[in-house]
Amino acid sequence: MRVELVKRKEHSRKMALLSPLIAVGLTAIAAGIIFSISGHNPLSGLYKFFIEPLTQEWSFNATIAKATPLILIACGLSVCYLSNNWNIGAEGQFIVGALFGSALPILMPDFENAATLPLMMVFGVIGGALWALIPAVLKTRFNTNEILTSLMLVYVASLLLDYLVRGPWRDPGGYNFPESAMFSDAATLSTIPGTSLSFAAPITVTVAIVLAVILGKTLKGFEIRVMGESPRAGSFAGFSAKKLTLFSFATAGGLAGLAGTMEVSGALNQLLPTISPGYGFTAIIVAFLGRLNPFGIIVAGFVLALSYIGGEAVQSAMGVSNKIASVIQGLLLFFVLACDTLILYRIRFVGRRGSAGEASHV
Amino acid sequence: MKSLLKATVAAVAFAAAGSAANAADVKACYIYVGPVGDFGWSYQHDQGRLEAEKHFGDKLETAYLESVPEGPDAERAIERFAREGCNIIFTTSFGYMNPTIKVAKKFPDVKFEHATGYKTADNVATYNSKFHEGRYIIGQIAAKQSKTGVAGYIASFPIPEVVSGINAFLLGAQSVNPDFNLKVVWVNSWFDPGKEADAAKALIDQGADVISQHTDSTAPLQVAQERGAHGFGQASDMIQFAPEAQYTAIVDDWGPYYIERIQEVMDGTWESKSTWAGLSEGHVVMAPYTNLPDDVVAMAKETEAKIAGGWEPFTGPITKQDGTVAAEEGVTLDDGAILGMNWYVKGIDDKLPQ
Repeated sequence: MRVELVKRKEHSRKMALLSPLIAVGLTAIAAGIIFSISGHNPLSGLYKFFIEPLTQEWSFNATIAKATPLILIACGLSVCYLSNNWNIGAEGQFIVGALFGSALPILMPDFENAATLPLMMVFGVIGGALWALIPAVLKTRFNTNEILTSLMLVYVASLLLDYLVRGPWRDPGGYNFPESAMFSDAATLSTIPGTSLSFAAPITVTVAIVLAVILGKTLKGFEIRVMGESPRAGSFAGFSAKKLTLFSFATAGGLAGLAGTMEVSGALNQLLPTISPGYGFTAIIVAFLGRLNPFGIIVAGFVLALSYIGGEAVQSAMGVSNKIASVIQGLLLFFVLACDTLILYRIRFVGRRGSAGEASHV
Repeated sequence: MKSLLKATVAAVAFAAAGSAANAADVKACYIYVGPVGDFGWSYQHDQGRLEAEKHFGDKLETAYLESVPEGPDAERAIERFAREGCNIIFTTSFGYMNPTIKVAKKFPDVKFEHATGYKTADNVATYNSKFHEGRYIIGQIAAKQSKTGVAGYIASFPIPEVVSGINAFLLGAQSVNPDFNLKVVWVNSWFDPGKEADAAKALIDQGADVISQHTDSTAPLQVAQERGAHGFGQASDMIQFAPEAQYTAIVDDWGPYYIERIQEVMDGTWESKSTWAGLSEGHVVMAPYTNLPDDVVAMAKETEAKIAGGWEPFTGPITKQDGTVAAEEGVTLDDGAILGMNWYVKGIDDKLPQ
């Protein structure tokens, strides 16, 4: 018997919904095998990894907190990717946004009032957007490759942060340790009363909903999608590719910058030499796992965050190496991408005599 | 669906049974910044954990998280341990300071121990070791053994612990050869084998024939071994990685401290304090002296005994790089001056990054 992939005439809507579930199932099976091989109980490993984080309030909140910056950045990136602009530099835009946002509490620590936090967020958006506009302008003016320029600016941004926390912005009372002073309460993003969640989560969900409306219901959303799929058709409709490049980069950068400001203000309360465990890069995965759709991105961001929290849970509770946790994360992504094949292709089992078998529904 | 439900129930039962079987008196938990297999800083902390586990047997349960990035992930990792019933949590990197303090506020009944920081609270103690004592000894060895009169120093971050180590190294070297020259390269990382190896190569190319490092990987020693230079192990005895190149190593032995503090938690006598111990308490240990002539070994052992007997390497006369006097003849710097050190001694061929 032979297994064949047969191209479908059109996208299978059923498979578009089913393939992530199949992928999660396959990941669970593979993870169970890995747990058994490494001498751990596979069932309790799977429970700790995928379910326990959802059963306790604090770990559920921790998952949301981890997912929030990923979702916010991925929402912005989806505008870029839908319009065929390849912004790989969200990590740098996140960092520069955080720097702009932190400038207020660090340079003017006495400016403490109700306007402090909103101003920080506005600065964060501006900082991220300006940083993102550099590769955008280079692309529209000089036709440079935005993949390279946006990526290289990530390293510039992280070295700029490094310089500032070791030099001019170092905490004067911190014994030369590389970190800024702690932010005042007025510059700290507070938590939703009665929970341990910061306001970053509802702000992010609001942004995702607004973005979904813009993409689905407005002319701008139509422009973004048309220019991504067929720039020539778009130009007949009077859309400008250059303006859209600037717009999409500024949007992605602004949202990444907002995420950066909310992260330093809500979670860290100070600037450190590293403020992101790779959020800007992981968000690229989140954007595509979520199929460049704001609601899909929320789900994808949450699942990816769950895999981090679950990875920690199996480490601390069962003594599983963090390498195994990383392998399971990698397997999840691998299976999701592999199962996407089923959207475009169907599996056919071919018998020995060459008669076409029943199409499998898996 | 039903079988999935069954599996879930079974898993819950397993998990519950698992935790009931491990009813130890005290649970001690550790957060590491690097992988336990770094053969340096985190490895030594894990060795300390294992030593404590061996010492207490069934009375102690331990857990650890490795490669926890300093930042928001650290706070979550510490809080996880506090919620999972850890009685004492050791956070073993400077960058965990503020997250430790934050979580400690929420869990007043849990004891926290933060390595290398300076903030304490009622339930947060700090601990660190006088690594500079060992650095004085290896400075002396370097000056005796170097043919070029130049040593190279691979430094991580310009924080007081690292700066005082560089100064102690040069003071030791100057006690043997007043004209000794020291070149410093900052790699801005605790653990980056690639950068550390490049720094070692650059220093050897600039004439250094002895390399000292305040970074955690074995890469500089391996480069020294390849190039026929010599060096010193960092945090851990790295002789197996450079059998002909390593003279000795400054070994961090955290086991005795971990056993002492866990015992205090068991006895209910644990109190917040700042521990800063060195050769005399056995928290800093010199690895066997190898690849050295007998007279140099004798000198090193003599200095080691002198420091263990209470002598402080930062005893005057000490002149700062800018020519001002840091300590007059016979005057010893106090702990605060060493723990907050942000100046070079005279004779270092580098400008301190400020």
